[in-house]
Amino acid sequence: MKLRKLAVGLALTGAIGWATGGGPVFAQNEQFIPRLVYRTGPYAPDGIPFANGYADYLDMINARDGGVNGIKITYEECETGYNNDRGVECYERLKNHPPTGASLVDPLSTGITYALIGRATADKIPVVSMGYGRADASYGPVFRYVFTFPVTYWAGADAIIEYIGSQVGGMDKLKGKKIALVYLNAAYGKEPIPTLKALAARYGYIFTGYAVNSPGIDQQATWLQIHQANPDYVLMWGWGVMNSTAIKDAASVGYPMDHFIGIWWSGDNPDVEPAGMAAKGYKAAEFHGVGANYPVIQDILKYVYDKGHGHGTKSSVGGPLYDRGVINAIYDMAALRTAQKKFGDKPLTGEQVRWGLENLDLTDAQIKALGGEGLVTPIHLSCEDHEGNGNVRISQWDGKTWHMITGWIVPDRTFLREMYKESAMQYAKENNITPVNCAEVHASR
Amino acid sequence: MLYREVGQFRTSYAADQAIFPIRQDRIGMLALLLVAYIAVPLVANEYWLSTIFVPFFVFSLAALGLNILTGYAGQLSLGTGGFMAVGAFTAYKLATAFPGLNIVLVFVAAGIVTALVGLLFGIPSLRIKGFYLAVATLAAQFFLIWLFVKVAWFQNYSASGVITAPPRAVFGHFFVTGPEARPAYKYWFTLTFAAVLALAAKNMVRGATGRKWMAIRDMDIAAEIIGIRPLSTKLLAFAVSSFYIGIAGALWAFIYTASVEALAFDIDRSFQILFMIIIGGLGSILGSFLGAAFIILLPIFLNNLPNQLGLHVGVALVTNLQDIIYGALIVFFLIAEPNGLAALWRIGKEKLRLWPFPH
Repeated sequence: MKLRKLAVGLALTGAIGWATGGGPVFAQNEQFIPRLVYRTGPYAPDGIPFANGYADYLDMINARDGGVNGIKITYEECETGYNNDRGVECYERLKNHPPTGASLVDPLSTGITYALIGRATADKIPVVSMGYGRADASYGPVFRYVFTFPVTYWAGADAIIEYIGSQVGGMDKLKGKKIALVYLNAAYGKEPIPTLKALAARYGYIFTGYAVNSPGIDQQATWLQIHQANPDYVLMWGWGVMNSTAIKDAASVGYPMDHFIGIWWSGDNPDVEPAGMAAKGYKAAEFHGVGANYPVIQDILKYVYDKGHGHGTKSSVGGPLYDRGVINAIYDMAALRTAQKKFGDKPLTGEQVRWGLENLDLTDAQIKALGGEGLVTPIHLSCEDHEGNGNVRISQWDGKTWHMITGWIVPDRTFLREMYKESAMQYAKENNITPVNCAEVHASR
Repeated sequence: MLYREVGQFRTSYAADQAIFPIRQDRIGMLALLLVAYIAVPLVANEYWLSTIFVPFFVFSLAALGLNILTGYAGQLSLGTGGFMAVGAFTAYKLATAFPGLNIVLVFVAAGIVTALVGLLFGIPSLRIKGFYLAVATLAAQFFLIWLFVKVAWFQNYSASGVITAPPRAVFGHFFVTGPEARPAYKYWFTLTFAAVLALAAKNMVRGATGRKWMAIRDMDIAAEIIGIRPLSTKLLAFAVSSFYIGIAGALWAFIYTASVEALAFDIDRSFQILFMIIIGGLGSILGSFLGAAFIILLPIFLNNLPNQLGLHVGVALVTNLQDIIYGALIVFFLIAEPNGLAALWRIGKEKLRLWPFPH
């Protein structure tokens, strides 16, 4: 009985201490990054390499340079399982972490991005949804705290259609062609549909969408339908086990792999390898370089893996998703450096990091200095434009590795920015947001 | 000791039929409410208020709703997630179509619309029961989610099918949704909904309505013979239950996540709430709260535990351990008390009342 009382007492004091914000003491010269990751569940095959790449880069920066301009970067991972409510919980858990709270947050889930936009804006913490999330959040005057660089799904969809146009011999030849989209039935998968429909109206191709319910391990009916409809091209917005299942099922109905194009989240080795040689010829859009032959990746191997501190296995370094995790970290750190130039080399608040993101101008020369030439695309952001000018390339799987088969495809940004603005203004209206005047923002600098 | 009832005499029927006939229970309840309304917002930080307590109250309400239908009226339902979605999307449509409408009215209206939908899907219960009814409600679950995904009108033609709660205040600057909403306001708002609706449920189940429900649950033919109309009784249970669940869905979408897609209310959600009432206790108001606490709070607690203890364990391992321990605890509690956590409390209370001579 006494023991039980003691246990209850201990549990209570623990809970109260936790509730009132007691915790270990932290050094003050640190910059904290919350890491929303998923290393378990149906999306883990894709979540793990990304999380490893990000964490390894931060470890490398801390080991090689002692942090960013002398500020050590700390991070804490929180498992979301690609689940929106757990994502919100993780964000709330980590956002007030000492010393200055979360500098920025990378949700790595379009659903979680949506859930965080309002919260993070109120908390003054920038949301960096690199190559995912809400496309219209590229319109900075409305979405002050959201960043979508270097490309959104709308831009990705536009680039893929341009590529298909070049394959069929000109955009005018798209008329009457059948283009299908296989998508994860969630916020992520539905994001490109408005663009694909708008482009269908412009170029006259026939668009059909095929929704696949999460987690996407049962797609045979979908692929039988696609087999019957026999579209000229199939696009895919898939994630996790859905990708490999789709490629296997596409192969089993005999759909030609070189007419099957995935978005960048559907183009990693775990997606194609389970299908074996049947996946040969499969294509994926990509907004960055891939591989391990870059100085920055070599530094990660040298400073992290050779010391035995790597988060994954050495052989997983250099995969598309691993590299994307590294690239995300490179962009985040570049924003931090930009902000440090204005606010000084000290731990910065989310509001200050937001300034750094909005004024991010990562040039080729800087990228070369960072060791990411060919891996990272240059980015120039502004108050109006939170997407920047990232481009898209198409890569192809040859059964062993990915090859870039096109040069950089430039999405039609004039058309896209009109769409972003229109959609963002609708959001602003629903949520009583007054868009800021960017001319004034620029003048005050 | 605590429950010494010496000297407590009840001299009227009203006193005998009170919700809490024992004085200690009344004091305890009052103290609990005072703690919940005043002490918790003062002591707890933002994380606790907005990510621990708010979902706890929301799911308590949903569990309460399902408990009315399944625990009291004996109609097994797997459509809870779908009904939550009805509440959430109705609230969204109403809030965006009538920006001047008070948020409380929006939520109540969302509850009423859900009640009507529940009524519709409750009709098969007049012909079928048990597992067969569960299958019929399963149809409601899939149909409703399909409807909200498919028909873009429900999402105001949002590109990704995600709805975002517009900023709304109960009065003045007491914002409960949107960026100006303070965690304490959200907490008070959901707490009030949970408290008021729990009180209403308690009164319903101990009055004539609840007795009718329980009569139907225990033996529908016998209930019919003593003059209870199965049609109105069952449909009322569906309507009341859906009302609660609809409000819970609206609260979930507006107060907790603030942005939600229909898939947040998929079949897993229905099972989650069903597990809450099974673990908490079927046919018990307290059980709904205990079950919600167990299913919602325990995983978060387990997930936070290693960090609080200062252990550095990988997140994947923590999550897997969390699932293992959580599963083991479910099995343990169901073996220890198959009638749920509420039954554990009831037995404990009986023993306390007889203390120091329990038999």
